[in-house]
Amino acid sequence: MILSKLKQALICLLAGRVTLPYPAKPHPPDEGFRGYPEVDVDKCIGCGACAAVCPARLIKIEDLDQTTRRITRLLERCIFCGRCAEVCPEDAITMTRQFELASDQARQDLTHQCEIFMATCRRCGACYQPATPLDRIMQPGFRSDEIDRGGDLCQYENVCLESQQAENTTATVGEGE
Amino acid sequence: MLEELCKKAFFKSLWLYHTNTGACNGCDIEVIDVLTPYYDAERFGIKLVGSPRHADVLICCGPVTRQVVPALKRLYEAVPDPKLVVAVGSCACGGGIWYDSYNIVGGVDTVLPVDYYIQGCPPRPEAILHGVAVALGLLDKQVAPEALRQLPDSSESVPIED
Ligand code: SF4
Ligand code: SF4
Ligand code: SF4
Repeated sequence: MILSKLKQALICLLAGRVTLPYPAKPHPPDEGFRGYPEVDVDKCIGCGACAAVCPARLIKIEDLDQTTRRITRLLERCIFCGRCAEVCPEDAITMTRQFELASDQARQDLTHQCEIFMATCRRCGACYQPATPLDRIMQPGFRSDEIDRGGDLCQYENVCLESQQAENTTATVGEGE
Repeated sequence: MLEELCKKAFFKSLWLYHTNTGACNGCDIEVIDVLTPYYDAERFGIKLVGSPRHADVLICCGPVTRQVVPALKRLYEAVPDPKLVVAVGSCACGGGIWYDSYNIVGGVDTVLPVDYYIQGCPPRPEAILHGVAVALGLLDKQVAPEALRQLPDSSESVPIED
């Protein structure tokens, strides 16, 4: 009985001081830790892939008008799973190692909102993202001299993929009949 | 203001009562982790107590399920004033990935007034310690509303000239 107590005391003394001096000294997480998902708004093309895979469904996409898409992220619900960063085709989202997110107003402090310039489809009027940066520059509203360019648009210029596909399908069906 | 009040009202030790409002147990384990000798929240005078009537701080983990709402309200009333409510984990902060489940009413702030939110799923023990330090006024919080976050960027942007 006494021996076992002595043994315990010895173990405790040999261990020394184990407490981490954390709030006084920083203690960064290891490589691969997923923290706050940082969004590079300049790279984002507004495709919505992140919103489609987010398990917390916290990424909301709204089309304010035919050229503006607003992406709202309510990161207070984020579980830092990293799926949005994984699917993003432009690598606009990086999982940082920032974990010190405690706050007294989570809703205000952790909401991220951005507005992305989008093109308008000439056929259906929906917002869509042109395939290449060159196509983006060709969109109405992107350059100030676009007014001079009226009338020389090719068949599929400024037409979203869905409308193109719908048109192709209709054409094929028509030929078949 | 809250910080001032905290310093005045809780200048000695904070006693915690830990409650699970529907968590998957991940956050609860991390809260217990913070009280172990390695992270040692007890050096700030923090102590886990077994009854809400002895507590100053209510720690809530997990999304609030419909079943737990009346119990949580009674628990809140049982804690003597002044009291703080801390939501630990993404679930407690806003519902997490369960926010629209049939049996979940949302985050803890849909039922009780929450004073501090600690993010993460589950939050690292360090993140909880950071939250404790922010609540005690030892550290400043590291996140800010977006309007303040955007300021340096917009001042850097160069106006377009022709
Ligand atoms: S990390 Fe996961 S939960 Fe957070 S925004 Fe990305 S996909 Fe959603
Ligand atoms: S997946 Fe990437 S490019 Fe697409 S909307 Fe999300 S952040 Fe933007
Ligand atoms: S935040 Fe994550 S770990 Fe905590 S209760 Fe919710 S699902 Fe579990």
